[in-house]
Amino acid sequence: MAEPVLSETDIDAAGLAMRLRAVTKTYDNGVAALGPLDLDVAKGEFVSLLGPSGCGKSTALRLIAGLSAPTSGTVNVSHHADRRDGRHPIGFVFQEPTLMPWASVRENVRLPLKLAHATSADGGGRIEQALAQVGLSEFADAYPRELSGGMKMRVSLARALVTDPDILLLDEPFAALDEITRFRLNNDLLDLWRKLHKTIIFVTHSVFESVYLSQRVLVMTGRPGRLASEFRITTAEPRGEAFRTSAEYAGYCREVSGALAPSYAGQRSA
Amino acid sequence: MTAFQNVGRMLMPIAVLAAVLGFWEFLVRVNDIQPYVLPSPHLVFQTLVNDWPVLSESLGVTLLTTLEGFVAAAVGGIALALLFNQSKWLEYSLFPYAVVLQVTPVIAIAPLLLIYLPQQTAVIVCAWIVGFFPVLSNTTLGLNSVDRNLAGLFQLYGASRLQTLRYLKLPAALPYMLGGLRIAGGLSLIGAVVAEIAAGTAGAGSGLAFRIAESGYRLNIPRMFAALLLLSVAGIVIYGLLALVSHLVLRRWHESALGKEN
Repeated sequence: MAEPVLSETDIDAAGLAMRLRAVTKTYDNGVAALGPLDLDVAKGEFVSLLGPSGCGKSTALRLIAGLSAPTSGTVNVSHHADRRDGRHPIGFVFQEPTLMPWASVRENVRLPLKLAHATSADGGGRIEQALAQVGLSEFADAYPRELSGGMKMRVSLARALVTDPDILLLDEPFAALDEITRFRLNNDLLDLWRKLHKTIIFVTHSVFESVYLSQRVLVMTGRPGRLASEFRITTAEPRGEAFRTSAEYAGYCREVSGALAPSYAGQRSA
Repeated sequence: MTAFQNVGRMLMPIAVLAAVLGFWEFLVRVNDIQPYVLPSPHLVFQTLVNDWPVLSESLGVTLLTTLEGFVAAAVGGIALALLFNQSKWLEYSLFPYAVVLQVTPVIAIAPLLLIYLPQQTAVIVCAWIVGFFPVLSNTTLGLNSVDRNLAGLFQLYGASRLQTLRYLKLPAALPYMLGGLRIAGGLSLIGAVVAEIAAGTAGAGSGLAFRIAESGYRLNIPRMFAALLLLSVAGIVIYGLLALVSHLVLRRWHESALGKEN
């Protein structure tokens, strides 16, 4: 390896939330899903991974979360948060809300604390806090089936926030929602990011969503997924609905779409 | 309209029952059929009332056996499913034998069991043999039907095996488990009856099935019908109770227990 592998403290010192070096993932059935992939993400950065379905975006996310191990290469994630009282450095939001249907909203949000044997039952008020952050305080006792798709997604977000993570990993979280709901959740997510200063990695296949949300858009190739190109979206915060209709936004989207097109080249039939 | 339909749905089977009973009564009276050939519904009901002291005692015996067999089937089926879920090797080694027990007709096993075991134990074992398999296979299915992403979430937060079992696998398997128990309830009754009939010829029994066999030898056909009626009512009540429990447990969240509209 050309570069020495940095320890977690070195990453910290460099102001990085994570560093991936020459990471590849090949599944047991021989399918090469990812890489080699190099990626540095700064603390507090909002990065989107953009690419066609099956390009290994989700795989990259699972590797960062530690849900699966890379076939080769190194994944270093800054583990800053103290583990006291059920804190966990990483929050994960899946494509589906992935809630326990047998438990109320509050119990779903409590789950990470329960699994960590948190000392205080409410994580020091963090359950109520997380519910308030996603605007669901009044629905704490409802069951998932009683909620709309957007509200379920908010519960999922609250569950990811309850451990006070440094890093939020979101795997196409709003893909299944209608456009109005998606726009609203986009804005709420940006608000949360500005307020809470989390590092966010957002996986999506929507050019428009990635440009609207992120500081940096990473375009990935088809399988096995590598970085094809990188765009910095330098529009000043806070962004709002005005940005969505601006010429600047349209320009970024055109550029990113252009970079993404080759990734779809091999998939004409799709 | 719907209220009317609901009442109709309740009334129709009752009307069918009344018509069949009426026709039966009519047939017996008009043709003057003797009670030892075919008793009239009226006589069956009268026998039920007159023989109630004997029949109710037998009913108690059969119900107790069924309950014991059912509890054994529930505990055994769920425990085996949990063991299989924790160890694949255990599942590979033992599951085929569970299938063998299930597919071998219990009526053929009962006489053997009666040779080796005390009668009461043999009857309970029969009820267990027919009852445990649906619990085992349904619970196994449920434990394996956990949402993949939820399992990933538990992994992310470092859940222990015990936590995963308690907070994820067991609740996810609950609807399947309850479905298995609902089947097992009826089957336990069948197992108990089969064993009683097999044992009945040895003459040591006192359950309802024994009464049926005994009444058969004595050509007491009305009592046979009365005992049969009791057995079938017992089966319906067991099923209804288990369905009610299932509904009460699942009503807050599971699709099966929710109305058509939310």
